[in-house]
Amino acid sequence: MIASAFQPIYTQIKALTKATCTLEAGGVQYDELAWVDGRSAQVIRVEGKNVTLQIFSGTEGLGTNAQVVFSGKAPHLTLSPLLAGRYFNAFGKAIDGRDEVQGDERDVKGQTVNPVRRQLPSELLATGIAGIDLNNTLVTGQKIPFFADPDQPYNRILAEVALRADSDRIVLGGMGISHDDFLMFQQKFEASGAGDKIVSYINTSEDPPLERLLIPDLVCTTAEYFAVERQEKVLVLLTDMTLYADALAIVSNKMDQIPSKDAMPGSLYSDLARIYEKAVQFKEGGSITIVAVTTLNDGDITHAIPDNTGYITEGQLYLKKDPETGLTIIDPFRSLSRLKQNVIGTKTREDHPQVMNALVRLYADASEARSKKENGFDLNEYDLRVLKFAEAYTRELLDVQLNIGTDEMLDRGWRLMSRYFEVFELGIRQNLIDKYWPEKTA
Amino acid sequence: MTKGRITGILSNLLQIEVNDTVRQNEICFVLKGEQRLMAEVIKITGNIAFAQLFEAGSGLQAGDEVEFSGDLLEVSLGPGLLSKNFDGLQNDLEAMPGNFINAGQRSAALNLEDEYAFTPLSEIGAKLKAGDIIGEVPENALSHKIMLPFKFEGENELIEIAAPGNYKLRDTIAKVKNEKGEVFELTMVQKWPVKWPIKTYQQKFRPSEIFQTGLRVIDTLNPIAEGGTAYIPGAFGTGKTVLQQAIAKNNRAEVVILVACGERANEVVEIFHSFPELEDLATGRKLKDKTTIVCNTSNMPVAAREASVYVGMTMAEYYRAMGYKVLLLADSTSRWAQALREMSNRMEELPGTDAFPVELPAVIANFYGRAGKVQMPDGRNGSVTFLGTVSPAGGNFKEPVTESTSKVARCFYALSQKRADAKRYPAIDPLLSYSRYLDYEEFQAFTEEQIEKGWTDKVLKAKNILAKGIEARDQISILGDDSVPLDYHRDFWKSELIDFAFIQQDSFDDTDMNSSIERQSFMLNRVLQICDREQEFDDFSEVSSFYKKLINLFKQMNYSDFDSDDFQKFNQELDSVFSTNLQNTEA
Ligand SMILES: Nc1ncnc2c1ncn2[C@@H]1O[C@H](COP(=O)(O)OP(=O)(O)O)[C@@H](O)[C@H]1O
Ligand SMILES: [Mg+2]
Repeated sequence: MIASAFQPIYTQIKALTKATCTLEAGGVQYDELAWVDGRSAQVIRVEGKNVTLQIFSGTEGLGTNAQVVFSGKAPHLTLSPLLAGRYFNAFGKAIDGRDEVQGDERDVKGQTVNPVRRQLPSELLATGIAGIDLNNTLVTGQKIPFFADPDQPYNRILAEVALRADSDRIVLGGMGISHDDFLMFQQKFEASGAGDKIVSYINTSEDPPLERLLIPDLVCTTAEYFAVERQEKVLVLLTDMTLYADALAIVSNKMDQIPSKDAMPGSLYSDLARIYEKAVQFKEGGSITIVAVTTLNDGDITHAIPDNTGYITEGQLYLKKDPETGLTIIDPFRSLSRLKQNVIGTKTREDHPQVMNALVRLYADASEARSKKENGFDLNEYDLRVLKFAEAYTRELLDVQLNIGTDEMLDRGWRLMSRYFEVFELGIRQNLIDKYWPEKTA
Repeated sequence: MTKGRITGILSNLLQIEVNDTVRQNEICFVLKGEQRLMAEVIKITGNIAFAQLFEAGSGLQAGDEVEFSGDLLEVSLGPGLLSKNFDGLQNDLEAMPGNFINAGQRSAALNLEDEYAFTPLSEIGAKLKAGDIIGEVPENALSHKIMLPFKFEGENELIEIAAPGNYKLRDTIAKVKNEKGEVFELTMVQKWPVKWPIKTYQQKFRPSEIFQTGLRVIDTLNPIAEGGTAYIPGAFGTGKTVLQQAIAKNNRAEVVILVACGERANEVVEIFHSFPELEDLATGRKLKDKTTIVCNTSNMPVAAREASVYVGMTMAEYYRAMGYKVLLLADSTSRWAQALREMSNRMEELPGTDAFPVELPAVIANFYGRAGKVQMPDGRNGSVTFLGTVSPAGGNFKEPVTESTSKVARCFYALSQKRADAKRYPAIDPLLSYSRYLDYEEFQAFTEEQIEKGWTDKVLKAKNILAKGIEARDQISILGDDSVPLDYHRDFWKSELIDFAFIQQDSFDDTDMNSSIERQSFMLNRVLQICDREQEFDDFSEVSSFYKKLINLFKQMNYSDFDSDDFQKFNQELDSVFSTNLQNTEA
């Protein structure tokens, strides 16, 4: 970037850390972008005459005489329908070898939606996966992450879900994803024929980690543009939010902020909420649905990143390998969709809530039986039945490879219950039993 | 008026060089083009004031001008607060145009152009103290009392009062003369700083009456008293919000103030959506009529989270001062504590545990201390019952917000991850949770009289069965099904019966979601009676299928209207389960 004739060039850096530099400068605006010897940077602190800049690609090799130029502007993005089908980096620059997009420039910080202008999200978003549609039903305007053990194929499943769900537009934000996964997204998108409805902002593990911090704002600004100005049903994919939070921790650490739990900044909750709360259903019809990925360490969901995420999002889909069958499933216990109440039993069949709950309760009994077995105790007749049930439930419903309709999921649920249990063991409302309980097949 | 200029910016913390006096907690405004961005002074050193910005502040620069207001953060108190949806600073959200909130955008809390039908209730010459009633206007189902503003001191003589008729909020409705002979004009609106408790009452009572929530596990097993306090800690997803919203729907308070503090916007939207339709059990009118919402969701400015809980409390105290029974709910108080932490860290204060500010316990104690049932000098009673949720990091209750709250709140509703995983809702842990009010003699006397004789003993008996059952379960899991006496299985299943038939309650079922006290006492008696009845079993699997049959019937009863034919039918079937049990074992 070349400095224009009017912009002063500063060349006296007073302090350098691994991620920041401090210098004296006047008339600087908080959040403003700048360049330090051509490296992108942003103002993160003003104190008297001193200005502290965060340098996205790090400070290795920078001298105290580096040239600092301020842009006069906070991060912004060019918005246009022509973004569709394109790939950009964390600064919104094209990385697909095509021309830069022309259009309106917009500040990426965005504003808060007035809560009274939000519509209650209540349009079902089907995926064909029973761990989602049956147990944790999604709706448009919802925000939900996959909590995934790192060895799970979370990005592939994310791409699959995105392509199966009904949407007008997909905006992908890749933060620290592997180059292989980036290519996988690209191939899946192109192969589905939906490539031209997708906008991607990509920071791979080969790019500087701090640049990740810019991705969510670009993604959300783009999503808001399509949802507000074009009333589209937008699906946002953010992966991996754990790497985003790690980058936040680096910055706050360099700023000498006192860390709270797990070395994360005390503002982690607010930082993540600002992104996730962009999910919205507008009255005019547009919506933003956010499906994210938060990778876990050792399946620890009490770590500050998944923990704060769970407190913000409208549920979580806990992706894991079922030890009994080896299948990838969405764990019925820790997973949750908080907005399922808005659709299950009303937009889906009336028996949905009770069938879903009964199946999960039986699955919980199975898990008790399993730990009994692990502790070396004899299993009673009921224990043996629930264990058989749990395996069938996993194979016939929970397996994420399956792709079936919600009514079929409910029918399978009833068949499973009648195969292994008596009516009185279920506690389901009598009127539903009368209507749906299948005849025992001999 | 004091003015200043910004000299430092770190996220939402501003350093301002001032040219004159400033007050701690004074409100100031940053002038940015057309915008006036609101901030609150939180520390002063020399001629530098540190202020927390209540709004998004992108684009601020060193040198930007700041104006000081001279006032602390205040709310407007007057007719029309009910049914309103406010942000954390008491802006009326409905009155703001557009889908998005712009920085610096503001709107009046009350409808200044509306007319209210004023009826004078005091006479010329009356000597009035702060909080004494001057007149009233109708507001939804209530008679909204117009009181001598709380800021008045000593005795004030009423020298003029408006005739009955319609007035706007800013019209003068009375004049008073204070002890110094100064004359003041009064309108129907007054302002009050949110951090100061409204203390026009004469005495505060020890809570003694039940505050009904419609939830069995609360009203019967861990009751909250009117004017009492409770807290609900739980990991995410364990049911804090659903529980609070269930209470917001099923209570019998006259005024409900709901503070959504730093949580999800869609949860508030759910209330906006349902409350205009749902019926208030106390009056038969719509729930919206008695409800005011204060909403500062997680993406709204962090500093306003703290303001939001105080704004809610101040409005609650205002209606209490009129003599009403007010319920205040805050979800989640941890977000407020986190906002304090963010700011304290930016100010580089010496941190306490988990980087929370050291004064956190005192701040929480003061806040809970504002709840209570009180009596005004003229004999009218009012109450603020307060329930706050707590969101402990990692679901671990050993953390500063949970611990500080435990010292001041009298009821503890511990949400258990394990229960939530198994969909045993509400996931209130029956053994960990408690209500201190159960030990209050006045409270016991009240239940004996209003619910039934021997009530407290029955409640304790149910709790004993639960405790014994959980012990038995532990023994069974250590020793194995076959190696324990049959009694252990029976004890365990009795506790399961109480859990499934009584504690668990479906907040999404139209019938089960709310249980009256009469119904609760019927069910408790029925469950206890069954636990007492003689039962014969040959082996442990017989025990479980026997109790599962009972549980299934109890659940069907819970899903049926009280005293409906279905209810009666299922109730009678309970007895036939017994007769088959006895026949089987005799045969
Ligand atoms: N009493 C209940 N009955 C049925 N489902 C419940 C109940 N409480 C919680 N849930 C389920 O758990 C989810 C999370 O509850 P919520 O109150 O939002 O949790 P928290 O506020 O503790 O994070 C709800 O969306 C609902 O699916
Ligand atoms: Mg909640």
